[in-house]
Amino acid sequence: MASAPSKLYADDVNLVVVLLDTNPFFWSSSSLSFSQSLSHVLAFFNAILTLNQLNQVVVIATGYNSCDYIFDSASDLNRSYENGRMPVMSSSLLQKLEEFLIKDEQLSKEEPDGRIKSSLFSGSLSMALCHIQRVFRSGALHPHPRILCLQGSPDGPEQYVAIMNAIFSAQRSEVPIDSCYIGAQNSAFLQQASYITGGVHHKPQNLDGLFQYLMTIFATDLHSRSFIHLPKPVGVDFRASCFCHKNTIDMGYICCVCLSIFCKQHKKCSTCGGCAGQKKRGQMCDCRLEILHLSP
Amino acid sequence: MLRLPTSTDPSCLKEMLLVCKLSRSSPNRAQIGAMDMAAKRRRLIPSSLRWLLTVPISSRDCRLFFPLRLPATLQISLLSVHYNIHQTMASARVAKIAKYKTTIKDPGTPGTLTMTLEKILFVPRNPKSAGKLDVEFRYIKGQKHTKEGSNKPPWLNLTNNQNGSFIFEFENYSDLQDCRDFVGKVLAKSGEVSEKPTAAYPDEQLNAAEMELRIKLLQDDSELQKLHKQFVLSDVLTEAEFWATRKKLLDREASKKIKQRLGFKSAMVSDIKPSTDGRTNKVTFNLTPEIILQIFAEKPAVHRAFLSYVPNKMSERNFWTKYFRAEYLHSTKNSIAAAAEAAEDEELAVFLKHDDILASEARRKIRRVDPTLDMEADEGDDYTHLPDHGIFRDGNKEMTELQNELYKRTLSQDINRHAAVVLEGRAVDAEFEDTKAVAEALAHSKRESSNKGESDGNSPERLDRLSRMTEIEDLQGSNNLPLAPLCIKDPRDYFDSQQANALRTSGDALSGTEQIKCSLSIPEVYGSLRESISSIKTMGWKEPIVKPEVAHQVFDALTNSISNTKHNIGKNPQESVLDRLPRKTKEELLHIWTSILELLKHFWASYPITTSYLYAKVNRLKDAMSNIYPQLEEIKGSVPSEFRHQVSLLVRPMHQALDAAIQHYEASMQKRSTQSGEKPNGYV
Repeated sequence: MASAPSKLYADDVNLVVVLLDTNPFFWSSSSLSFSQSLSHVLAFFNAILTLNQLNQVVVIATGYNSCDYIFDSASDLNRSYENGRMPVMSSSLLQKLEEFLIKDEQLSKEEPDGRIKSSLFSGSLSMALCHIQRVFRSGALHPHPRILCLQGSPDGPEQYVAIMNAIFSAQRSEVPIDSCYIGAQNSAFLQQASYITGGVHHKPQNLDGLFQYLMTIFATDLHSRSFIHLPKPVGVDFRASCFCHKNTIDMGYICCVCLSIFCKQHKKCSTCGGCAGQKKRGQMCDCRLEILHLSP
Repeated sequence: MLRLPTSTDPSCLKEMLLVCKLSRSSPNRAQIGAMDMAAKRRRLIPSSLRWLLTVPISSRDCRLFFPLRLPATLQISLLSVHYNIHQTMASARVAKIAKYKTTIKDPGTPGTLTMTLEKILFVPRNPKSAGKLDVEFRYIKGQKHTKEGSNKPPWLNLTNNQNGSFIFEFENYSDLQDCRDFVGKVLAKSGEVSEKPTAAYPDEQLNAAEMELRIKLLQDDSELQKLHKQFVLSDVLTEAEFWATRKKLLDREASKKIKQRLGFKSAMVSDIKPSTDGRTNKVTFNLTPEIILQIFAEKPAVHRAFLSYVPNKMSERNFWTKYFRAEYLHSTKNSIAAAAEAAEDEELAVFLKHDDILASEARRKIRRVDPTLDMEADEGDDYTHLPDHGIFRDGNKEMTELQNELYKRTLSQDINRHAAVVLEGRAVDAEFEDTKAVAEALAHSKRESSNKGESDGNSPERLDRLSRMTEIEDLQGSNNLPLAPLCIKDPRDYFDSQQANALRTSGDALSGTEQIKCSLSIPEVYGSLRESISSIKTMGWKEPIVKPEVAHQVFDALTNSISNTKHNIGKNPQESVLDRLPRKTKEELLHIWTSILELLKHFWASYPITTSYLYAKVNRLKDAMSNIYPQLEEIKGSVPSEFRHQVSLLVRPMHQALDAAIQHYEASMQKRSTQSGEKPNGYV
């Protein structure tokens, strides 16, 4: 699949929509503590805002049970959270984050069974895209939007369909999705997202220098990316989840009509109802579910 | 020796249609020696003719020949039989005794001329003379030769790219003929696609149009041609399979042909002028089928006369002679002479008389006109609001005195309206006492008539009929098949996650990697998060946010990795590795990649194997895939050392794809062999 076509950006005004992972299960077992990462990240936001007067930052928290807007640098409500110790915007962000966590906790239903589960990445990605659409419709003069995902939770294979839909719509709107993965394993979804939309993906080796990684790689605005080199990953993990069980698979069956992926051969595709027709001798029938091999 | 035309093309799969039916009178001493025909091809000849085969003789020529001792009355008629010459290895040759002349005046050096598919070799009989010639066919542009009937000796002149020529004098014209045919075939082959892709797959019916499309596609796209040559002609894939995945290309090609019908030319082609020959006083008319078609279309009496007179009463030549005699008489406008000639010659009279068929057709048309056609009203009737009845005097379209126009009314408007009402007839019949009754009755009748009229106005049947009658079929675009709308049967199942299943199975999927367990309860984890937030709120940011050494380290590492990838991959993110390789390597790699894709496409499509045909196909594909490995090694070896690493990076995914396919093949073979232990009758 080719990555997104490169758009010509006339200036370097950016709207960065940041998807901040607030999955408590992940943070409680991560080597980097939440407060440390918050200081890195908040300083990074301020740096973006100083790069250009017209830059904007919007932060969406990716929680465990819900997602919500935490911070919008363009809004005027930031004044009310004065706190002498830190910049005004940061304190308002923290306040909102705390309120979000309280709400999120109240939505929790079941007891965890020990494994780290994924956060609602698909939800926050969709919210980011909706916000960006609203920005697009706000008039001709708007900053160039991009999405930055700060994720640590593992991929949830059950969110595969929704995430892929969001990625394709981002590709369509030419919105690059950058991703910084601070978890332990690799995230196939984030790699695919960055690859398809033309963004940059990086997994920092040294989490103590997270701020440096953010400044070197992810502060680059879209206009400068045409002449500033960013690290390229060696390969992309294209593994998908099957539609019937939501397992991660690398060899499966595809319906030729709607391209849904299944792990076992079915007579009828459950998504579009296309049936496996009679195969003519020597010809590839249009209705047959065929084997696909997805290689990394 | 009697030589029959054969294929001298070694690299194509060809159907040759050839049968010899020997005359009844001669004893059948004929022997057809078909050289270099592999045994399995011989089996394809019908058994009734197989006795004609003999063992191939040692020479590697592919010719069919009869021994000399056949009677002269032998008649050979060529009908059709079916055999394949699959000559991947054979090279066809022609060897003749000839003299090589550099110019026409040169007496010529005697020697032997040998022509193979690649080159022409002439070896003089006297080894000391200087006339040796060794030319590759690539450089030969064309050929000329002397005609058989003329008094000149049999010469063959081959011209090359630099406008030089090689002249060969043969002993007789039949030798010249052979060489000429051979050269012609080689030149034809080198120019274009070797042969028509033929239907080797027995069930497939190909008509000429389809084959033409395929040939055209192959000619236009050299990549496709290479793939076709590589796979179909070496028997890895059949024609049907190769084209089955390219239906869209074929359709697009077919739709490019103009389907619009061409009409007749406006010029009167049937009024042709003959060419006159002053010396012999002959007048020659040139008739083409197009002209004949127009003559018959315009003059149905001539057409009828042709159908009835030719070939019974007179030959076609006579017919046309008389026709043109009649035309000549018409052109002289001498009706007396015409009448006189008509009286003598009955057939000529047909051409001179008026065309009665046309007359009867015209009368029929008049009778067919619909008398109920209602020409009651047209746009011109809506004139009352226009000044001067819509007719502008002196051609000026401007409206002057606009504000007073509303109040002007001319006498002609009144008279016209009165006449219209009178012609309509009396709508209301009864006698009335007072005005109100009159008004109401008139309103009532008007309403009725308007109801009747409205329903016919824009009825769907009327519109439908209109659209059907005004359609011009050959100007319509092609109807693509309607796209089926996507309907998701169960959106909830599609979009929502199945949490239970995911939990159960995600552990298995990620079993290879380490999983960090979290053993805290919900309030604990949330509490710890909120604690972090409050701590940062009270204490402010960590000072410094990042330690200088750490930052320096990170920055170094990143810069190193970026510069390394830049060195490996290229300065420009848009530029790919391929562009930096030498061109030949790049083309070879790309070609191998497309052929791998083609093979894999067919390979994966054949699973699951349900018929023996698929089984055979899979085996063929696997063999072809195994042959690609040495090709890749060769490319890797041929590349200069600075590119070797990049080439191996490029080649790695190709290896992986092929490995995966072959692994799958072997696994399924194993499964099959364990299963077939239970099915001893060899059922696949």
